[in-house]
Amino acid sequence: MRSIRAAAVGAVTMSLALAATACGGGSSSGGGADGSPKTLTYWASNQGASIAVDKKVLQPELDKFEKQTGIKVQLEVVPWSDLLNRILTATTSGQGPDVLNIGNTWSASLQATGALLPWDAKNFAEIGGKDRFVGSALGSTGAPGKDPAAVPLYSMAYALYYNKQILADAGISKPPATWDELIADGKKIKATGKSVLGAEGANVSENIHHVFVLAQQHGAHFFTPDGKPDFTDPKVVDAVKQYVDLMAEEQVIPAGDAEYAQNQSVSDFAKGRQAMLLWQSAAANLKSQGMSEDAYGIAPVPVRSGTPGTGAQTNSMVAGINIAVFKSSHHLDGATKFVKFMTGDDEQKILNAAYSTIPPVRTAQGDAAFSTPSNAVLKNTLATSAAALPQVAAESQFETAVGTAVKELFADAAAGRTVTTDSVKAKLEKAQQQMPAA
Amino acid sequence: MTTTAFKEPVRETSPAATREPRRRTGRIRRTSLPYLLLLPALLLELLVHLVPMVIGIVMSFKELTQFYIRDWGSAPWSGLGNYKVSVDFDAPVGEALLHSFFVTVGFTLLSVGLCWLIGTAAAVFMQDTFRGRGLLRALFLVPYALPVYAAVITWVFMFQHDNGLVNHVLHDQLHLTGKPSFWLIGDNSFYALLTVSVWKGWPFAFLIVTAGLQNIPRELYEAAALDGAGTWQQIRRITLPSLRPVNQVLVLVLFLWTFNDFNTPYVLFGKAAPEAADLVSVHIYQASFVTWNFGTGSAMSVLLLLFLLVVTGGYLLLTSRGRRAFDV
Repeated sequence: MRSIRAAAVGAVTMSLALAATACGGGSSSGGGADGSPKTLTYWASNQGASIAVDKKVLQPELDKFEKQTGIKVQLEVVPWSDLLNRILTATTSGQGPDVLNIGNTWSASLQATGALLPWDAKNFAEIGGKDRFVGSALGSTGAPGKDPAAVPLYSMAYALYYNKQILADAGISKPPATWDELIADGKKIKATGKSVLGAEGANVSENIHHVFVLAQQHGAHFFTPDGKPDFTDPKVVDAVKQYVDLMAEEQVIPAGDAEYAQNQSVSDFAKGRQAMLLWQSAAANLKSQGMSEDAYGIAPVPVRSGTPGTGAQTNSMVAGINIAVFKSSHHLDGATKFVKFMTGDDEQKILNAAYSTIPPVRTAQGDAAFSTPSNAVLKNTLATSAAALPQVAAESQFETAVGTAVKELFADAAAGRTVTTDSVKAKLEKAQQQMPAA
Repeated sequence: MTTTAFKEPVRETSPAATREPRRRTGRIRRTSLPYLLLLPALLLELLVHLVPMVIGIVMSFKELTQFYIRDWGSAPWSGLGNYKVSVDFDAPVGEALLHSFFVTVGFTLLSVGLCWLIGTAAAVFMQDTFRGRGLLRALFLVPYALPVYAAVITWVFMFQHDNGLVNHVLHDQLHLTGKPSFWLIGDNSFYALLTVSVWKGWPFAFLIVTAGLQNIPRELYEAAALDGAGTWQQIRRITLPSLRPVNQVLVLVLFLWTFNDFNTPYVLFGKAAPEAADLVSVHIYQASFVTWNFGTGSAMSVLLLLFLLVVTGGYLLLTSRGRRAFDV
């Protein structure tokens, strides 16, 4: 009899314990984070050639921060393929890092979720004021008219990287300045047995960056002025088709690139198999893959005609990484200190030099390290001919929906199917349907 | 088990009136004990399965987009809006879901069929003892034992267009194809997915059928052999009918696993699967996570749940009726 009672008591106790843990789950884990106020968690984006490279670059700086403030920073470098998912999951559960890097194009989307600490005048004052940052970089920190959701950390611009030797072998004296020149040069390059231009056909974000710029060159925008998606505008269709046609019609992008999503095109370029690459701030990446700086040149991304400028002469997006603070962080104070440290002059010089990016902080940008010929092209592009991706709440859906459409079009082209205006339009129409009704 | 362990107390010939209530409580205790013991499992089941399911169903009636994910409760109700979008087969979203559904059905039928066929064949061949049988059996189970991610990522490398092993063998060595094929994008991706799925799934069928075979008495085969039945007849008349109850469960489990498989297509193709291999699980993931519309994603999940319930119910009804007829 006693054993029955014991079993019954055991069963009831277990049930009660279960019910209690089920109810208390959220709060108890929240308390756990608070128990160690001397530690911050930081999700860094993958800026170097690999996650190991990032850790090597960042860890000494984090140690420096610990020495200065006594706050230990736990670093996790999150690959690009996971970063947005991870942020989204953290937003939903409220359990996230204290500080994190975001792609600057996501700023407005993440701002809309309310998960990030708004950078109002008071918060900006704590890191030295808004004026420290360059205007174009601040243009990609959230929807216009709202307090920024993040602070610029690294700035980048697209450029045309070309292999000097391959161009010389093909008898080309200067890099192409227009798309027509690029296609004409492509024929000469193909005759030497090398491939012409690299692309990451299965990487949705890369696809978006290129079709956005091409759309600008066609005088089109993916969104109406009041923020509604407008993907089937004939000019947008033309722009997307022009990009995919670089593989389908002109065959300057090799068919194999249609399945690239892990920066294989950068490796192809670094290994001298491919003449040109459209990339943002690639120098550090190329160096780590063993390509010497003398082997390649940097030129502005081609335009349809004339020279780069604003409007239809745009030839890059305002690319970059922002640093943000999670609003649900229990250490807002320490987190702000860390942002101040990362955007300070010294760190800006060290980190941007390591990643071959341009500092969005005015005082750091003036440093001699960022005035080399290669950096001059990037700096100039950012200052004169770069446009910010749409700062609308639905931006990340736009990236995935349209980026996927371009990926599918590349797959069609690679499989030898013809890409027509209609097939492009059909894909874009489908992408537009996936957008939330705003 | 618990009820039989405690014997009925011996009934007294003339029960004293004072003893009545005590005996009743004893009976209550006896009858309630099994339920009490089941309680923790029941609560866990509620917690792990039912509560999230109910939340999912509630979500499917809400307009749960990025603006509300921080505070789900504040999302506005959308009624049947999400379902309407999902089943409007004339519009791209519904059309894509329907396409994805058909791809999944075709994929599941082929994959389950092949897994079962290969697994059963291997199990039958391994029935007789021979030198090295244990080693072969262990070897066969390797795909089942490997971690899914590591195994599938290896397949990704093998399927690569430019320097993958598959193209190297098919194109460079055997010259079977005119030019290297794409396996991870375009139409071939269906076969790539099927290959990996069967490779991963058949060892389970092999394992279960091997276990089932142990229960068939050897005498049946001996008697059949005496009566002049050949190997094929033995398999058809003895092995397969005896395996019937095992197969019934095996096919159902394989069907549910394959239909719902997320890991294999996700690791193979990433978050945007090619249309030819757009399985419904990844499709739903894309509809909810990639476009941040958890309401529509949930509505699609609920539809999937209903479909699987109908199929499973129909299957069990059909097979158990057949089995009853068989038993008689």
